[in-house]
Amino acid sequence: MSEEKFTDINGKPISLECRSHSSFCREFVVSAPKVSLRAVMVCTCAVWLSAYAAFFVTKNTAVLSSAIVTTLVGMMVHIHLIKIDHERLLIVGSLGVQVSSCFASGRESATFIEMSSIKDIVINEAIHMQRVIYYLCILLKEPSDPNGVSGVVPLFQSSKPRLNCLVKIYKSCQEILGQC
Amino acid sequence: MVLKIFFPQCCNRADSGLLVGRWVPGFDSVVVLAVIHYPFIPGQVKKYLSEMQSAIQLELTVLGSWSMPKDGQEGMDSFLKDLSTIFPQGRWLQLSRELGKRGFACQVIGRDAAVPPRGQPKEGGDDEKEKVIFIHYDQRKVMLSHLHPAHGQEPAAEGVSELRLVFQTVAQSQPLFFLDKYDDGPIKLTHWQSEGREASILVELIKQASVPMCLVLTWLLSLWTQLRSIRVLNMWPVRFVSSKLSTCVQLSHRTEHLQTISSPRRAQQHADFMRKANIFVSFLVDIALGLLLISWLYRENRIGRLANTLVPVADVSVHTLPPALSKKPVCLCVLYSARDIVLHVAKELQELLQWLMGAPAGLKMNRALDQVLGRFFLYHIHLWISYIHLLSPFIEMILWYVGLSACLGLTFALSVVSDIVALLTFHIYCFYVYGARIYCLKIYGLSSLWRLFRGKKWNVLRQRVDSCSYDLDQLFIGTLLFTILLFLLPTTALYYLVFTLLRLGVVLLQGFIHLMIDIINSFPLFAGGLRLFRPYRLAEGVKFKVLCEEPGMSLHLMMEINPLKLSTAVQQYRIPTYSCYPKDSWAALCKKLFVGDLIYPWTPLHKGSKED
Repeated sequence: MSEEKFTDINGKPISLECRSHSSFCREFVVSAPKVSLRAVMVCTCAVWLSAYAAFFVTKNTAVLSSAIVTTLVGMMVHIHLIKIDHERLLIVGSLGVQVSSCFASGRESATFIEMSSIKDIVINEAIHMQRVIYYLCILLKEPSDPNGVSGVVPLFQSSKPRLNCLVKIYKSCQEILGQC
Repeated sequence: MVLKIFFPQCCNRADSGLLVGRWVPGFDSVVVLAVIHYPFIPGQVKKYLSEMQSAIQLELTVLGSWSMPKDGQEGMDSFLKDLSTIFPQGRWLQLSRELGKRGFACQVIGRDAAVPPRGQPKEGGDDEKEKVIFIHYDQRKVMLSHLHPAHGQEPAAEGVSELRLVFQTVAQSQPLFFLDKYDDGPIKLTHWQSEGREASILVELIKQASVPMCLVLTWLLSLWTQLRSIRVLNMWPVRFVSSKLSTCVQLSHRTEHLQTISSPRRAQQHADFMRKANIFVSFLVDIALGLLLISWLYRENRIGRLANTLVPVADVSVHTLPPALSKKPVCLCVLYSARDIVLHVAKELQELLQWLMGAPAGLKMNRALDQVLGRFFLYHIHLWISYIHLLSPFIEMILWYVGLSACLGLTFALSVVSDIVALLTFHIYCFYVYGARIYCLKIYGLSSLWRLFRGKKWNVLRQRVDSCSYDLDQLFIGTLLFTILLFLLPTTALYYLVFTLLRLGVVLLQGFIHLMIDIINSFPLFAGGLRLFRPYRLAEGVKFKVLCEEPGMSLHLMMEINPLKLSTAVQQYRIPTYSCYPKDSWAALCKKLFVGDLIYPWTPLHKGSKED
């Protein structure tokens, strides 16, 4: 697909990839920027320098080894549990929508929502801290009342794309939803 | 509309034949369960399917044909296509694979179009061709997994879900998969097959033995329940005391668990089965831990060392210890040291009271009241010490048998420890109650006299504070009493504070023990193990992967099972126990402490009622 420049709500560049597997099956991948080497260096240096300062005062080598362990564990936790590399939205007409987020370490967590429980996909406005942001969300059907909405599942929660990116995804989602 | 075909992975390379499966009612989707291979007689197929249908209570049909190109079977295609007249269907599927291509080709033929335009799809009539999604699934995993309802969803809404129906269909058609590929029969099927049951002699033996074991267990349990329902045991004092002893509570708890396990009824529901398995595994683990504890406790060296480390703590009455400590039986050492610790605690308490009777922390107390209270408590300690001395010859025997109770499980040993702690700190409990009662009376008196000062009174009928005019005498007496109470308050408050702190320490210890018991009792080990080693068994949902994209082919998706989160699994399959979590919030606890209400640990503690 065409490579437009998209940014998230903080102005950082993100990339949107649309794959059309079939006329009723599309996949959107929103990738956040990778972990920057500078941030990693800054964090590591800060921890190690402070550990070295503590070592200078206390003359205890356990401080240094604990700093190394802390850095390693912190990095692993960060890439395994916190840093989301890309988020994926797979929409298959008449089957359902799958929302998955892939962490930097390769771990993937996915949820699948069946089409029978989806009411619509809409763009919502929300007040976030001191500004108004837009986000894409899935409205879930109330099982008893066909007009009611039982829940809202927000999409692309970690990489919050701006409106122009959301509109593009929204349009192609609506095309598929309209078919069936 | 889009037609969804759920296709088992194991049939990908099956020989040509007929597709057997089920149309999911209410949805435009079809589940393929097996492929029947070519040399068959249509009558036999029909008979086999009707037999299967009655066995699995699902509507099984021949869905269509499956053709796999092979050398020397050129005429097969047209033959399979003509089969639709033999097996009349609303819609007839024709799946075929081509050499060198990964995807399947599919044609759907409606019944009304009896002579299907075979060449038409190739001409590119995209509108007339029905759209098809192939969803590949792993038959074994789908059959064995249990799909959990999404959180907050009632089970009533389950029937609507399409995936749930698919899972149900595959799980119910388990009898269909029993036919082995090496079995001699008129019909050859391809579907998931178990890879044999090797090394299952042990399992078979256990299975054979389990029924008589259950019967024996049930009989023993019925004896036990009869014993418990004897009239003498249900009289007031026994009943009251046994409801307070955590060992008895644990005993009744385990009885209930064993009754659940040994019930001869087969667990029908998934939840029942999981409950039974969880209870069974946690029971086994409990007993194993208990035996481990026994083997550790009764090994001579370690316990001797333990006793030696404990003895210096009880240096008050070292002279009562036998000189050759290590030669004595192990448990004797333990119990001597235990007794010494108890005596030591009493001694420490005496010193504490002496300190309180002087000028504790430089505070000047009301001397008369201080002395009265101090002597009162000292007398109690005196009583307690003589009680311990009286009991000490019997403690040996008691401790010996208590150690043996660990073979019933670690939880029993722990609850016995908790009971012993409660019994041995009974004097602390008494002090606490006395202190709290006196303090409580003072607080109430002060608050009502404070109201009198302001010309108010508490109206009991209306549950509110009313204004009231007091005459001079009443005010005078009230003021006098208020002054006395106010000046005596620090003394009682100090005693209350010290004993409450002691009591809180005991409560904390007991609470910790109870927490451990509860964790062992209620942790769903089986569900946790299942989640770790067979993640597909407990499914939260599914996830799809796009498999191959060849132009002109229909879409192929791979359905994988999304396992339940570990925390959700633990939460969902927690074995329900008596709620032993604190009912009070921290604020309520502090308020109780301030006003002087009695606080209890997780299970209330009046064990002393029989001893007084």
